[in-house]
Amino acid sequence: MADLVSHPDEVRVVSKRFGEGATDIDRYLALDGYKATQKALTMGADAIINEVKASNLRGRGGAGFPAGMKWSFVPKQSPKPKYVLCNGDESEPGTCKDRLIFEHDPHSVIEGVIIAGIAVDSHQGYIYLRGEYRYLIEIMEKAVADAYARGFLGKNIFGSGYDFECAVQTGAGAYEVGEESALMESLEGKRGIPRIRPPFPAVVGLYGGPTVINNAETLANVPHIILGGGEWYASLGTPKNGGTRLFCLSGSVNKPGVYELPMGYNLRKMIEVAGGIWNGRKLKAVQPGGSSVPVLTADETDIPMDFDALMKAGSMLGSGAVVIIDDSTCMVKYALRVMKFYQHESCGWCIPCREGTDWLKKTLIRFHSGGGVRRDIDNIQYLAENMLGRTFCPFGDAAAMPTISLVKKFRQEFEDHLEGKPCPYEDHGKIEHLPVLTAWDHRTADPWAQAH
Amino acid sequence: MQFSDQLEKRFAELQTHYPIKRSALVPMLLYAQDEVGHVSDEVVHEIAARLDLTDLEVRNVVSYYSMLHTKPIGKYNIQVCTNISCMLRGAEKVFDHIRQRLGIGHKQDTPDGLFHLEEVECIGACCWAPAMQVNYTYHENLTTEKVDEVLESLRKKETQ
Repeated sequence: MADLVSHPDEVRVVSKRFGEGATDIDRYLALDGYKATQKALTMGADAIINEVKASNLRGRGGAGFPAGMKWSFVPKQSPKPKYVLCNGDESEPGTCKDRLIFEHDPHSVIEGVIIAGIAVDSHQGYIYLRGEYRYLIEIMEKAVADAYARGFLGKNIFGSGYDFECAVQTGAGAYEVGEESALMESLEGKRGIPRIRPPFPAVVGLYGGPTVINNAETLANVPHIILGGGEWYASLGTPKNGGTRLFCLSGSVNKPGVYELPMGYNLRKMIEVAGGIWNGRKLKAVQPGGSSVPVLTADETDIPMDFDALMKAGSMLGSGAVVIIDDSTCMVKYALRVMKFYQHESCGWCIPCREGTDWLKKTLIRFHSGGGVRRDIDNIQYLAENMLGRTFCPFGDAAAMPTISLVKKFRQEFEDHLEGKPCPYEDHGKIEHLPVLTAWDHRTADPWAQAH
Repeated sequence: MQFSDQLEKRFAELQTHYPIKRSALVPMLLYAQDEVGHVSDEVVHEIAARLDLTDLEVRNVVSYYSMLHTKPIGKYNIQVCTNISCMLRGAEKVFDHIRQRLGIGHKQDTPDGLFHLEEVECIGACCWAPAMQVNYTYHENLTTEKVDEVLESLRKKETQ
């Protein structure tokens, strides 16, 4: 069970029921549970979509696409059944927020799925959780069963005449399945390889039917919007960035944790919310949206945390994972760890990603261990830049963007590793790090070991 | 091939969820692995037959998902996250400590078949880093002392 934190600056909407025992359906009902679903049933599809549009709710998975607009793309008439998918594959390094929602407020996700279903006239929802979240799958399965037992799911929900079925699905370990079309492939019992777009999932998605797919946090916000009103929700954030967000503050801070703060909250203040930098160290950099986004240097952190402000600053708000890096960290090592992840998780379907991540990882391993030459620095950047926009899905960009920013903003650290010089940050330590590198080398030498 | 009644019930329920049989494949593989210990040839063949797939089609899916093992592994699968948030808080020290304690490396098993060690990617415990999973159980805010306690308690459980 993950520990909860709190701070006076928090505005609790989606985390309102955390620690309140809301996994119990009666307790959930006492805390305004399922009121939003009943209200939505009387509102009708267009009114729901308009309310969500007015809320300026944007996708919490990373892309920040307006949720109401996404729903409005689903065609009204469809010969094939329509589907609602909840993406709970949460695998972006630094992200651990959906986990708390599933653990503390599972019914809010179910409500979000039902309401999205009513909005697009779908009668089947799936809640997909990553396989590692086994204890959460059990919580979600119980919540779904409880909702069925009360008549909140199934035929004629709340006596409204509307039918809605919902099931929980487990993954089995794959970052790429968090990509929307790869998730659909996985749910169809296949390898999680992304699909080409167009057609977009709103038109051709799961089983070829029109599909709404939203992140778990996005959907968990929907009942609050239905009850509180879109305008109220929008007013909590900044223009075009409605509401609050679960920020996962992790890394080199005194009090890491998931804090719910308004959209547009200042990043520097956010680091203070997390208790400031630990061990009397200084801030070096922040990855403000998970491992996929360009890093910000310490000087660039006086910035409001919303989708548009970060885009303007050349980074992204991503999944709400704020990784805070202190000045004892080797940024070459950091770049290497990020690339090792992408190399491991690349689905291998398209060449720029499969080959690019592999070469980048190999180069960075050699570079960090003192075997780099000056040419490598430009080569790392060149390789990463050539992945940008040239891959089947956003994975290639996700691997390239942080790498490019690390080389650009911390070039001196790369220079410091040249000519066989030992890593200047090895105090925590050369000897300790080497065995891990050996493990990576072992995998590089044995391609089959990577697949199994 | 015989699965437990409980698992059979689970499989039967899974089939009620989808319009196509094949959608049950990934959960079936994982749940079968939980029971059998790994995705054996027998498991592949049985699940393929039940879902009207070829063995090859099933293997093709098995090889994609990192949680599925085609060979037997130690009873307790120790999965240490060393991704960025954990790395910044000393995950590599934790990983090395376990390596030394167990005398095994990445993707290796102790000779008594009790432990399997793996360095894994982000497990969604970033705010409680460093973290590891033993099978499906999370252990968070790890220190070397805490790791020793976990290993000790697992050993004790086995000798009882």
